[in-house]
Amino acid sequence: MDAIINLVRDGFNKRIEHPEFKGGDTITVEYLITEGAKTRPQKFQGVVLQRSGTGATETFTVRKMSGNVGVERIFSFSNPSITSIEVNKRGVVRRARIFYIRELTGKKARIKEKRMK
Amino acid sequence: MTSLFEDGKNVPCTVIEVEPNVVTQVKTVGTDGYGALQVGYGFRKDKRTTSALKGHFKKAGVESKRKLVEFREKGDYASFGDLANGAVLSVSDVFAEGEYVDVIGTSKGKGFQGVVKRHGFAGVGQATHGQHNRLRAPGSVGACSTPARVFPGMRMAGQMGNERVKVQNLRVLKVDAANNLLVVSGAVPGPKGGFVQIEK
Repeated sequence: MDAIINLVRDGFNKRIEHPEFKGGDTITVEYLITEGAKTRPQKFQGVVLQRSGTGATETFTVRKMSGNVGVERIFSFSNPSITSIEVNKRGVVRRARIFYIRELTGKKARIKEKRMK
Repeated sequence: MTSLFEDGKNVPCTVIEVEPNVVTQVKTVGTDGYGALQVGYGFRKDKRTTSALKGHFKKAGVESKRKLVEFREKGDYASFGDLANGAVLSVSDVFAEGEYVDVIGTSKGKGFQGVVKRHGFAGVGQATHGQHNRLRAPGSVGACSTPARVFPGMRMAGQMGNERVKVQNLRVLKVDAANNLLVVSGAVPGPKGGFVQIEK
């Protein structure tokens, strides 16, 4: 069965390469959305809450504040309609899944930026 | 299960390995009273094959097979008549992308389960305020002296899963003839590596 799984992973369910990021990072995801017959790119910038799953079904959750309302979107890594992912900030967080950020607003919701060497 | 993408939409799907099936018997209305196609799948050691089955396989001129499954002729089907014993049916011979298939399998066994899990009952009452032992109970199973019995078919606790399940109308997303793979949308019954029967 492992042979089939490898075959599927490398064959028709190929992962698309994106820059490496983890929970706490701020990223911009550009993806294509279809409105009627037209397709246009749209950007979504926010903090990565988590990465979930493995292989072709791996997803990541991005949260942004739209005015006073928090908006979260879950993207799949293997979704071909994602045109690019840009890492804007590397955040310093102590866990892989930072759901606690949902309860925080204002100054408390800040994430310290990682110092690059 | 895995997922494929169609127009940016995630389509959950299952990959099924379909090694070529071999026709072991063609049943016709004339000889058997009904039309059906019996196919064999997989490998079975001759040592583990009963003499009766060995004879059956010998008659068809094929090696011993692990599974034998019969597909009934459906009304609008062309007759199976042109298929002879020993004919090999591979994925691409039978299925094409975009078609809808039914998948039959044996669901995962869940053992003896109560009514809450098995039938989706809500349990009885509250957890606190003096309640005791009733949280996941089925409640009443009927009236008293009329009818003085429990009606047949009353949903109760019992064996859950490990039964034949048919999932209808799964779309064929991909047919990979080179690797004998079939990808259908959605989930199919049974565990990973389990056997399923795919009908058109």
